[in-house]
Amino acid sequence: MSVELSKHLREEIDRWTAKFPPERRRSAVISALHAAQHENGGHLTTPLMDAIAAYLGLPPIQVYEVAAFYSMFETHPVGRHHVSVCTNISCMLRGGETLLAHIEKKLGIQVGESTPDGRIFLKREEECLAACTGAPMMMVDHVYHEDLTPEKVDTVLDALK
Amino acid sequence: MSEDLVNIEVNGVPLKARKGQMIIQVTDSASIYIPRFCYHEKLSVAANCRMCLVEVEKAPKPLPACATPVTEGMKVFTKSPKAVAAQRATMEFLLINHPLDCPICDQGGECELQDLAVGYGRDVSRFTERKRVVKDQSLGPLVSTDMTRCIHCTRCVRFGQEIQGFPELGALGRGEQMHITTYVERGIDHELSANIIDLCPVGALNNKPFRYHGRSWEMTQHALVSAHDGFGSNLFGHVLRGRLMRIVPRDNEEVNEAWIADRDRFGFEGIYSDQRVTRPMLRIDGTLRPVDWEVALTAAAEGLLATRTAHGAAAAGFLASPIATLEELSLFAQIARGFGSHHVDHRLRQLDFRADDREGRFPALGRPIAEIERLDAALIVGCHLRQEMPLLAHRIRKAAVQGGAKVAFLNPRRFEYLFPVAAYAVSERDLVADLAATLHAAATLAGLPVPPAAAAATPGEAHEALARALLQGERRALILGTLAQRHPAYAELRTLAAALAEIAGASLGFLAEGPNAAGAYLAGAVPHRLPGGAEAPAPGANARAMLEASLRAYVLLGPIDPQADLAGGADALARAERVIAITSHLPESLAAHAHVVLPAGSFAETSGTYVNLEGRWQSWAGAARLLGESRPGWKILRVLGNLLDLPGFDYESSEEVRDALRAICGLNVEPQTLGRLAAAALPARGAPAPWVLIPPYQGDALVRGSGALAKTKDGQLARVVI
Repeated sequence: MSVELSKHLREEIDRWTAKFPPERRRSAVISALHAAQHENGGHLTTPLMDAIAAYLGLPPIQVYEVAAFYSMFETHPVGRHHVSVCTNISCMLRGGETLLAHIEKKLGIQVGESTPDGRIFLKREEECLAACTGAPMMMVDHVYHEDLTPEKVDTVLDALK
Repeated sequence: MSEDLVNIEVNGVPLKARKGQMIIQVTDSASIYIPRFCYHEKLSVAANCRMCLVEVEKAPKPLPACATPVTEGMKVFTKSPKAVAAQRATMEFLLINHPLDCPICDQGGECELQDLAVGYGRDVSRFTERKRVVKDQSLGPLVSTDMTRCIHCTRCVRFGQEIQGFPELGALGRGEQMHITTYVERGIDHELSANIIDLCPVGALNNKPFRYHGRSWEMTQHALVSAHDGFGSNLFGHVLRGRLMRIVPRDNEEVNEAWIADRDRFGFEGIYSDQRVTRPMLRIDGTLRPVDWEVALTAAAEGLLATRTAHGAAAAGFLASPIATLEELSLFAQIARGFGSHHVDHRLRQLDFRADDREGRFPALGRPIAEIERLDAALIVGCHLRQEMPLLAHRIRKAAVQGGAKVAFLNPRRFEYLFPVAAYAVSERDLVADLAATLHAAATLAGLPVPPAAAAATPGEAHEALARALLQGERRALILGTLAQRHPAYAELRTLAAALAEIAGASLGFLAEGPNAAGAYLAGAVPHRLPGGAEAPAPGANARAMLEASLRAYVLLGPIDPQADLAGGADALARAERVIAITSHLPESLAAHAHVVLPAGSFAETSGTYVNLEGRWQSWAGAARLLGESRPGWKILRVLGNLLDLPGFDYESSEEVRDALRAICGLNVEPQTLGRLAAAALPARGAPAPWVLIPPYQGDALVRGSGALAKTKDGQLARVVI
């Protein structure tokens, strides 16, 4: 099974490769994967990564490696909204783990899973997101929510469509 | 002192090192040991195992010796308390997630992790948490996986990228989730793939067919030489209770470096295939029956003498496989000529012999193997390089990738290469016309007169591209592959190639088939040459002519499958009165026609010599025990010579046979007679005939009998008629 990259995606990759020397097309892998994941509804598929590899002239494994390394890339279908709860030291001391347990119970899923209705994806435990002053914190779709309590969490999560 | 040298001190010993060298390279060449897992001298530096941490004066922390370049006045301590503490700490971390299942691991006893754990590990593990487990995946029929044992040195990943030219394995995930995988389930398809078995410092990647068949300390190690191509890769055979169990590379920087091809490693399985013949046999009342050695040998000798009495010596033809050893071929040719027949040949698949009178002493590569990677330009004609000679392809790849050499191909098909190819011309119609056109283009580009052979040719863009590639730089090579040599108009190809090489100032190389084609020439196992390469005063018939003439008797040496190996066809054998086969294998098509079968040992069971295409004589002593009643080929031939009452068959060892021939050959390797070839007029050419592309794992009896190779993707390719 193979897929073709959309015109928009090809343009987007071209925009990135133009910023690097011609023999360094590999430098555009991360940007290409971001664009592809966004277009594909939040996750990457093997055919999609193969297509990116072919477009950039790379062995497919080098694209898989990048996709598997960064926590921002998903290689399986996941929920629409990405929720990451920090449990690193500052947040841990301020109750981050309790918050995570609360969310898991509330949504009925474990870390790394998505709700059956495809609404929320609870990402793997995040390491420090550099918001220690507002611990405990979580990130929802790239937006930081700080000084959290279970009630505040409920409000944020319930507002997600 | 040269500006390129710096002075350093290791453990108080002053050493000189080249600028830019890493500490570990300097200590390795000074025989100072530093432990390591990820560093390998043939691969790029990864510095991810941290086992080679050493103390360097003025550096605040221990530094990895594999990734720290030497500087003037640097003081390194490899065994100081700080260095050893760092090495021991690294070892402790590496063992955290290692299963320590050495008792059931094939690597046990030859494991770098196990060895270093003895020197740097703790006696008791402090780690009481759960160890991780990694799912295995299949990498095909040659390499077994136990990925839980992996310590992420990434040698296999770098091998794929840097040596194969295409990485299939990669490191996915990170931290504790990191694992080596192909991500999508797929085997590794490359002719050098199984080298990752040796590279893997732990038991994660192992020899699949050998799995659970023996322990390294139970086996004895014997030096051998590859029996599958004229590259002459150096091997070690590991033998358990007389049986060859596996093959590993024997490092030789001038030939195979640290690598061997997959068929070198697994082809030996054919020694134990069900086609192996282990008892002398004689055709009695129409069927082959086991008999005593004496009966079989007497029948062979008397049969040959009877043929000579009734029809003359020229009624017997002598065909040898180029897999036979130099000693066997030498005695074989002596028997043929002593018997009075000049019909002796080993070029079983060749169709066109018209250029025989213009050959050099033996088909040669034209320059040492080690120089191939320093080429500036190469034109390779009629050659499926990766399949014909995988490690030569590796050297050419190095030239192209590291040295930027322009490599061009002129082939009847498009074959895939994993390096930059400067020009590739597919000759669908007529290889001779395309080569002539390339010669024309090269002469024009070089501003030289166009040789008469190419005067009528009309070069197109593709030919000009080939010529331009070949005329790059200074060190140029032109190589004719086995496809060219099996071509029905090989004489034309040869003449044109020689003219082209002369115009380009390139060396001219021939990749003859079989591991010992050069040896066969030197031993006189060709109709037009005596031992040592002197021209035969009365040339006999070549392999094809022998078969087309339907002689009364044929003597076959080496495992020949008439159907697969004889271009001249097997019909002549069916019509012959006598077929005497001195062979390790008895395929059906041979069993159907043989009258006497004399079972010989395979290359690994006898002592012998192969001469590679550089002219390198490489001898070995027998490794495995002979199967059944089979005997070393040279002993069978010696007795046969005696039974035929021929003089000079008193050799007491194979070394004596070799040394006698060596004395005839002298030490010089004569270059190809280039000028003579180039100036020759083209002989009359026959009608175009089809010729065959033989799959890589069907070239000889051994690889054909290898179950492991048969399961690979290359092992399932069929013959292609071109």
